[in-house]
Amino acid sequence: MTGFVALDDVSHVYGGTGGTLAVEGLSLHVNRGEFAAVVGPSGCGKSTLMKLATGLQFPFRGTVQVAGERVTKPVKIAGMAFQAPTLLPWRNTLENLLLPLEIVEPHRSRLSAHKAEYVARAKNLLTSVGLRDQGDKFPWELSGGMQQRTSLCRALIHEPDLLMLDEPFGALDAFTREELWGVIRDLHAARKITVVLVTHDLREAVFLADRIFVMSARPGRVLTERVVDIPRPRDLEVTFTPAFTAIVQELREHIVRARQ
Amino acid sequence: MSKTPLAIRLAPWIATIALIAVWELAVDLFKIPQFFLPSPWAVGKAIVEYWPALYRNSLFTLSTTLVGFALAVGFGLLLGLAVGWSRAINAGIYPLMIGFNAIPKVAVVPILVLWFGIGFVPAVLTAFLISFFPIVVNVATGLATIEPELEDVLKALGASKLDIMRKVGIPRALPYFFGSLKVAITLAFVGSVISESVASNTGIGNLMLQAQAQFQVPLIFAGLVALAVEGIVMYALMAMLEARMTGWAQRSGFAQG
Repeated sequence: MTGFVALDDVSHVYGGTGGTLAVEGLSLHVNRGEFAAVVGPSGCGKSTLMKLATGLQFPFRGTVQVAGERVTKPVKIAGMAFQAPTLLPWRNTLENLLLPLEIVEPHRSRLSAHKAEYVARAKNLLTSVGLRDQGDKFPWELSGGMQQRTSLCRALIHEPDLLMLDEPFGALDAFTREELWGVIRDLHAARKITVVLVTHDLREAVFLADRIFVMSARPGRVLTERVVDIPRPRDLEVTFTPAFTAIVQELREHIVRARQ
Repeated sequence: MSKTPLAIRLAPWIATIALIAVWELAVDLFKIPQFFLPSPWAVGKAIVEYWPALYRNSLFTLSTTLVGFALAVGFGLLLGLAVGWSRAINAGIYPLMIGFNAIPKVAVVPILVLWFGIGFVPAVLTAFLISFFPIVVNVATGLATIEPELEDVLKALGASKLDIMRKVGIPRALPYFFGSLKVAITLAFVGSVISESVASNTGIGNLMLQAQAQFQVPLIFAGLVALAVEGIVMYALMAMLEARMTGWAQRSGFAQG
């Protein structure tokens, strides 16, 4: 059976034929509603994976399918968030959240007529990540963690079926990061959304994910796949249990080997 | 703004008055002849004495500068958008622009005179030619430095290039654009005065040239003062416009340094 996100034997080259191979023979299946994490050494083609799965790039060989359809154009059912929050400094938080709705159909043509409805939706979303009443603040008035929450909300505002996260917590301090793990865990639980999280942080991957893919060094492919069977809902305390540590240790060994 | 300490608010006035005082004292003390370096007092007298001529010629210079500057803003904005829009256009046009900008504009004035005669038109065109370049470069820079991640976020939603320009590129380029106006207006004065002093019967540049021929050194300095006043006023207007249009950029520390 194929997953909600399905990459089969995908190879991708940057810079035309003769360029460097970013990924080679990459196969990866994520089921609908699943939280998947992708870990691996630096430069293993994780960002390429993001671009392939969202239809920003198309593979040189192999197939990419999302929601049962072959990806031939940008996948509008996906939301994306990155390490940098990339909020627009001339818009306040609420207006930043509405940006995707000004782009993606059907919201784009409905937005001006149903503004109140969308504003209410944005405010609900902000409340759900602990940013209630912060809507009229500008990005530079928010802390790094708050900016990243806003960025997550922006990725979710058009109610995507797929959320793609590229090291979204990489630039935050350890405490803020763990706080945001809770936020993303709750968003995933509440919305039954499929999440693909690319990360360097193995604890983050194990805490959040149902399934973890370990990628090789460039050109990237999946070395191993590990199902995380720790029951949900998971609290931060779970990260101190031997079972959790054992999985982190196991992944670590894979990556150490992949780096050699 | 009201919280600025008194000392800081007074500082520019104190510095200006001090400069004039030192200048006056030096001329008196060292007995510098008026035809070499006139004292501020003598310059002031020349301003009063030649006020009608100064006024008329200043207006002429201001008008050629502003018309040239307006052309530069329109053209610079369009070309900047084009260059920032497409890498191919950028690659094609940039070397041409660099080469063009490298030409000293005073060398172009004779050609302009050949084509358009002397007076208003060459002054306007010289002001235009000298001042459009920083506008183009700044607008293009604003467009070209959109964060690639943000572009990805929007493209994945199906945004067209036009969408990205309208929602992100153009608002982003505005602080760069308004910032460049301060540089451009100053250069536009340079351009019009160059052209006036080479090829015109009016304007401050021409007035100064005539004063030099007649050895009226205080009048030459009076012309400089008139240019300085016009330059400062226009610069201040551009700075105010910048603060008004793109206050968010200053508050957020965007694109500084």
